[in-house]
This record gives sequence, structure tokens and C-alpha cells, in this order.
Amino acid sequence: MFRTLFAKEFREQWRTWKMIVFLAVFLITGIISPVLAKYTPEILKSIPNLPAGLADFIPAPTVADSLAQYLKNTEQFGILLVILLTMGVMAQEKERGTAAMLLTKPVSRSAVILAKWLAGMTILLAGLLVDGLACLAYTVVLFEPLPFGAFWILNLFLLIYLGVYLTVALMASTLARSQSIAAAGAFGGLIVLIILGSLPRVSDYMPGQLVNWGNSLVLKGDLTAWPALGLAAVIIVLALLIACLRFEQEEI
Amino acid sequence: MIRIENLVKTYGSVRALDGLSLDVEPGVVYGFLGPNGAGKTTSMRILSGLAHPDSGRAWILDKEIGQPGSDVRSLVGVLPEEPAFYGWMTPREYLRDFIAPLYDIHGQVAAQRADELLEIVSLKEAANRRISGFSRGMRQRMGLAQALVHRPPVLLLDEPVSALDPAGRKEVLDLIETLRGQTTILLSTHILADVERVCDVVGIIARGRLIVQSRRDDLLARYVTPLFEIESEDGFGHWLEWVKSQAFVTNVTVSDHTARVLVKDVHQAQKELLGSLARESLSVRRFEVVQPSLEDVFLRLTGKEA
Repeated sequence: MFRTLFAKEFREQWRTWKMIVFLAVFLITGIISPVLAKYTPEILKSIPNLPAGLADFIPAPTVADSLAQYLKNTEQFGILLVILLTMGVMAQEKERGTAAMLLTKPVSRSAVILAKWLAGMTILLAGLLVDGLACLAYTVVLFEPLPFGAFWILNLFLLIYLGVYLTVALMASTLARSQSIAAAGAFGGLIVLIILGSLPRVSDYMPGQLVNWGNSLVLKGDLTAWPALGLAAVIIVLALLIACLRFEQEEI
Repeated sequence: MIRIENLVKTYGSVRALDGLSLDVEPGVVYGFLGPNGAGKTTSMRILSGLAHPDSGRAWILDKEIGQPGSDVRSLVGVLPEEPAFYGWMTPREYLRDFIAPLYDIHGQVAAQRADELLEIVSLKEAANRRISGFSRGMRQRMGLAQALVHRPPVLLLDEPVSALDPAGRKEVLDLIETLRGQTTILLSTHILADVERVCDVVGIIARGRLIVQSRRDDLLARYVTPLFEIESEDGFGHWLEWVKSQAFVTNVTVSDHTARVLVKDVHQAQKELLGSLARESLSVRRFEVVQPSLEDVFLRLTGKEA
């Protein structure tokens, strides 16, 4: 039963072009990040009438710049994409009546939620693989090889970090009865996480710190963020639990 | 087979079900009749597990609905009033790859069952088209197909033919007739002619309560008031006063050249009315006992004017 529900979710994302757009944006992000890091100083230097001597202050790009671009772009586009991909998945089913059709069949309501979550996480994983591979390849060509193992641990942290947004958006979609309310809930969750992440001291515990931890791993720094990892896991489990419990009780 | 006891369901200040009780015997086609807002869809939703009653109980095949470890959904096929599908799927994919596996039907068996059902509901030629392009009638037939995938012993059909054209209605009603005896069917509708055609038992519901439940023919015999329609070229003159004063007559109305006479005893009325018309030498163009219809019973019992 779970396999059928998961396969339907996966096929739906593919057949409605959402997965293709998702993967394409991640691929472009992976390619463009090292390219931007490499050529931004060149572009700046080529600006006409640049004050004399300023060009000498623009530093030569390094592999760290490529990584910083990758993290910034993947974080920004990733958050937006996972929210857009997920915010309608449950609310739309309730609004259109397909949830009512499905729930007259012998399926567990929690399985419906978990299948949607797993399908979303699988697509996110595929997106990060495409993104990461493209970034690795272009960084090798334009700079030098990135540490392979550390780079994929960084991507695992990105998966968990973006997974927090995906799960919160899924919870909002389950709690809402319409897509517009689900969208408001998902972006509301995003704003709360951004505000908390910008507070001094609190930010050390927020899931966003995972990105800094991954960055430090690749650049051989000594930063760790175990509390952020723990909190990310707690948010994911809690959001899934709330979504499942609510959906189990809900009248469709 | 299906038993409902004292179901109560309120939505805010609206009491959708107000102590509904009914009993559906195995193998019958049960026509669930009622005006809009009477509680038909709410009952169906509770039986389907989509809504929970405030109080009362319901059973399907002796399994109580809503109790832990008593999931009736594999025994029931449900067609909601407005069936909804994933528009990106084709009907064949929907039945073979999605619905059938949910009932643990896989592979070749699922493929065969999907094709068989598409043939039955006349959608075989549209089997590889996207459902998003389907008309309402096609969706209704598709809804019936998905309810039948696992050959359920009980079918809950909420307004199954309301969206169909006359030809489509006939096809679906013919299909329901073929299931008579092997499947217990609870069919809610407001189309009385369809109930008269396919239902063995009729339950009439109004304001969340069952007003009457009876075999269709018994219901007609018990509740339909015999009605005579008499058409005269010259009007009725003194005869009208005479007929209104007779004990066997309950009501007389006249419009144009036609008198409608409601009576208590059809046999006495037949003799007396014919004799009196002959005595008055009226030029009778038509003298007819109007056939009783379920519509008359329905309107009378739900308190509406015919």
C-alpha cells in the first residue's frame, strides 16, 4: 500500500513537470555557482571607468568562493523550491476531492502523509545530487577539486536543513483546508525560522547552522553544530507527527 | 448487511442527522430518497469513514464503523456525489496502477480487471486519454468503475446517475441491475423514476430522520392515494357539488375541463363516479385512474405540494 502511494506521488511530480523544473533549477544552480565565483572579479574589473587602483583590491577567486556561492544559491533556491513543491500537496487533494476518494480505500491516513513526505525528500535528494555533481565538476575545471567526502556530508546537512522547510510546508498543507491557506502557513513557517535564525545566540541552535558546519568541514575548519542537527531532527519529527495526528482525526 | 442506529451529526447549528436509523438487507438495491439537505450525503460519508457521527452507531457486514480494528473499507465500494481524480492519469493507469494495488490486486490480474471495468462502463476507447479532459458523465462512469475494482459485497452510490444524459443513465442503471442479488447497494438519489426502476426497497429521509422504509411495491400500495382524472367538454355543472359531498371522496380540484378526484376506495369510486356521470349526461371525453408514482409518495411524505 505504501509503495503504491509513494509511486503515485513520485509519478505525479514527474508528470506535472514539477520534478523536472525542480531538477533543472538545481542543475543550473550547481553550474552557475562556480562560474559566478570565477568570473565575478573579471566582470568587476572590466567595468569601464573603474577608479584607478581599485582593480588591484579585487581578490583572485578561490575554491572557497565557489563553495560560498554554491551554499548561498542552493539555500535560497532550495528553500523556495521545496516550499513551492510541497505546500499544495495535501491541501490540493482535500480541495479537489481526491483525498475523499482515496480515503474510502483501505489506506492508512498516516501512510498518505508519509508517502508524500518521502517522495518530497527523494526529489530533494535527487536535486542536491544533480546540484552537487554539477558544482563538483565545474569547480574542478575552474579551480581545484573539492574534498569529496566532506562535500557530500555538507550536502547531507543541506538535505536535512531543506528537509525542515519541506516538512513544515507539508504540515501547513495538511492543517489547511485550501491551497491559499497552506501557502500562507508554509511561508509563515519560513519567516519564523528566518527570524529565529537571525537572533544572536539562538541562531547557533537553528537548523541554518548546519550549512556553516558543512562549510567548515569542507574548508577543514573546526566548527560543529550538533544542537542544530538535533533541533532539525526534532522539528522534522514533530511536524510529521502533528500532520499525521491531525489528518487521522480530520473529517474530509 | 448495513445497519444504522440513531445517528446524530451536527455541523454548527445545523442538525444534518437527527437520530437516523435504517436497515438494509443483503442483496437488495436500497433507494435512499430525500430532498436536498435531508442528510443523505452525510449518512454516506459516515458509512464511508470520511465523517464521524456525534452519536449513534453503524455497521456494515456486522463490523462497526469507526471502531479500532474494524476497517470496513475493503468490503465497500464508494462512489461520491462528485467523484474526483488525478487529471494527469489515464483511466487505465488510475484503475490498474493506483486503485487495484490499494486492494492488493497487482500485475496481470489488475490489468485485466481494469480493462474489464473500462469495457463495462463504456470507457475503453478513452482508456489512454488523460482524465482531466473527461466530461462530468465520463467521470461519473469512471467513479463507478473505481468503486467496483475489488468486487465489493457492498456499494455506496451517492447520486450515481444525476450527471448523466438519458443514454448514460440507462447504461448505469442497467449495470446496477446486473449487480442485484450479488451486491448490496445503497443508492441515494433524487431522481424518483430511477428508484422506481432499480430499487427493491425505498427509504425516505427528511430533516435527518427516516420517515418511512418499505419495499417499493408495498410503499406504493400503502401511500399512493387513488386519483381519477375526468375530462368533460361542457364542464361539470351540478355534478361537482354532488361528488364533493360523497364520503368516499377526499378532495376535488378542477382546472380547465378536467376534474381531479382523490378518493379513499378506488373500487367504490369507479362504480359510483361512472354511474353519476351517466346520470348527469355529461359529455365525458376522458375517464382515467391515474397510475400511482413514487413521486406522489415522496412529495406527500416529505411535506411538499405535488
